[in-house]
Amino acid sequence: MSSDDSVQRIERGAAFLDVRDLKVHFPTDDGLVKSVDGISFQLERGKTLGIVGESGSGKSVTSLSIMGLHKRGVAQISGQVFLDGQELVSSTPDEVRLLRGKRMAMIFQDPLSAMHPFYTVGQQIIEAYRVHNKVSKQVARKHAIEMLDRVGIPQPDKRVDAYPHQFSGGMRQRAMIAMALSCDPDLLIADEPTTALDVTVQAQILDLIRDLQREFNSAVIIITHDLGVVAELADDIQVMYAGRAIEYGTAEEIFESPQHPYTWGLLGSMPRIDRERTERLIPIKGTPPSLINVPKGCAFNPRCNYAHLNGGASETDRPELLDVGAGHKVACHLSPGERAKAWETDIKPKL
Amino acid sequence: MTVSTEEIDPTAVPGVVEPAIGEELLSVNGLVKHFPIRKGLLQRQVGAVQAVDGLTFNVTRGETLSLVGESGCGKTTTGRLLTRLLEPTSGEIVFEGRNISHLSEGKMRPLRRDVQMIFQDPYGSLNPRHTVGKIVGAPYRLQKVQTEHGVKRAVQELLELVGLSPEHYNRYPHEFSGGQRQRIGIARTLALRPKLIVADEPVSALDVSIQAQVVNLLEDLQKEFDLTYVMIAHDLSVVRHVSDRVAVMYLGKIVELADRVSLYEKPMHPYTVALLSAVPVPDTKRKGNVQRIRLEGDVPSPINPPPACRFHTRCWKAQDICKTTEPPLLQLAPGHQAACHFPENQPGDKPVTPAASEAS
Repeated sequence: MSSDDSVQRIERGAAFLDVRDLKVHFPTDDGLVKSVDGISFQLERGKTLGIVGESGSGKSVTSLSIMGLHKRGVAQISGQVFLDGQELVSSTPDEVRLLRGKRMAMIFQDPLSAMHPFYTVGQQIIEAYRVHNKVSKQVARKHAIEMLDRVGIPQPDKRVDAYPHQFSGGMRQRAMIAMALSCDPDLLIADEPTTALDVTVQAQILDLIRDLQREFNSAVIIITHDLGVVAELADDIQVMYAGRAIEYGTAEEIFESPQHPYTWGLLGSMPRIDRERTERLIPIKGTPPSLINVPKGCAFNPRCNYAHLNGGASETDRPELLDVGAGHKVACHLSPGERAKAWETDIKPKL
Repeated sequence: MTVSTEEIDPTAVPGVVEPAIGEELLSVNGLVKHFPIRKGLLQRQVGAVQAVDGLTFNVTRGETLSLVGESGCGKTTTGRLLTRLLEPTSGEIVFEGRNISHLSEGKMRPLRRDVQMIFQDPYGSLNPRHTVGKIVGAPYRLQKVQTEHGVKRAVQELLELVGLSPEHYNRYPHEFSGGQRQRIGIARTLALRPKLIVADEPVSALDVSIQAQVVNLLEDLQKEFDLTYVMIAHDLSVVRHVSDRVAVMYLGKIVELADRVSLYEKPMHPYTVALLSAVPVPDTKRKGNVQRIRLEGDVPSPINPPPACRFHTRCWKAQDICKTTEPPLLQLAPGHQAACHFPENQPGDKPVTPAASEAS
């Protein structure tokens, strides 16, 4: 134990949450699925990181591995995750279990399947609270009612005894948020928290997450495929493609001066409600790659319109995520000049 | 590209004149669908889910009409009524001058050539045990249509048309990604050269980059074959991109119906205003200074909808009249209908007179 402590004192991670070269691989009969293949990021308290990408880009796997929710033996996890100085990947399941709920909590995409249908909403919140706090059932119940009230559920003293199926989609998501926040976690991971919801409810939930973050000063990771949602919430954005981060920057940088052709493609594919209507959308050609058979070199090269400018490097060398100035990082072979030119002439006028 | 299906009659039902572009193709009048709730030993009806409660609109040939609204507002039920997968409780559906509201299944069958549907879930709408060729060729088989060079040729041409390769003929649906499956569904829909396509959330299950591909494909096909779309969707940015006219639904009723530009620029119904303000915008400059209208609570249950104006329980402009008198869907500007006592974006912002004077 003592030797472990001394090791941890040396490696404590720089930020509140410090992820270094995280890899999550799943061996399957068809081959090794490299769901997450080396990503690193840092997150401070009170800040929000948005992780954006299409399905299969590894965004959910990243969050599940931070939470320690992958079954050991099934997933091969390497790299380091420091939460407030404690390394999580090498910790035992029991150690991580003590942190889960208390120090880090998660909001799942589909609240109907994430909640237990057999127990009332109140029972589930009480259980989570009592695992981490030595209090009587009555006190925990009072706390659960308070939390439900906080997230805006009407008549919380009655609804606390309702089952998940008696709630509507939006209310269920609120109940999930109440459960996640019941122990004041320092890190909150929201995995597509509003994808299953209608726009008006989505707006309510996003406002709620923002208000609660301000109140608890927690670090938030929001995972989504909707660029509109991250623009509203995130301070920093990481764009993922085929298990790797391809661009990282502040929200302003990603939306005002994106550098990677994939980010351009994402922005061009989206119909915008706040701009003049364009005649045609500009889709990204092709389909996302299979994670068993990721294209050689830059994983995006078969779909990239600029791959030919790199003299073959796109097909052979994998570009590293490099700083292009002021913390804005891009993994692309294009030279800064070519990138600026393509953005100014080809992409920006069409958005 | 020409598809060798010229031998299909232009109109499946003999004696019906095909409307020209811009003429009325489909008209719906007072359409109602209530699903009975039965309880007890005798299965007595104790209530009804009022999924669709009095819709009136028309669709002209060559246009795209979108139905938008939150889940549970009855937009999917409407789509299923239009394709007559459901029989309306009351009201009329007139397609090409013919009332199809209560046609029997057998009499409906020839019309299925003209009215087709694209389904939301590309995973659930294709039979996993059939090859792509069998799936896309099924309409020919069912309608006993003879094609010039045989069904296989026709199917392969269709596959090419929607951006798949003809070699995919013998593959199974599980070998394809979501976007490709949606294309297979679209190919099947197009097989019989329908006039009206009801597309139920055709892109909402797809990734953003693929979504744009499919939206573009649908637009190209519309231009090429003069298709008429009734698009059911909840994503307001996509709807703005694809539609000519938009109908906003709330709890089984149309609350606003207008062409795209005036609906998005001058929404009149408070619900539309709230919906539009709730759309997250990918623009960081707007963060913090958005004047967002927060609707409280959820959509009420369609089993027991609020009386009079169904939106009054969540509306910030609601007054006593909204709880007693139902606002009719009135034409408040050219081509712009709204059902509200106190519409927004009015010249002079005065309340609409007809309904108000009625009550007083």
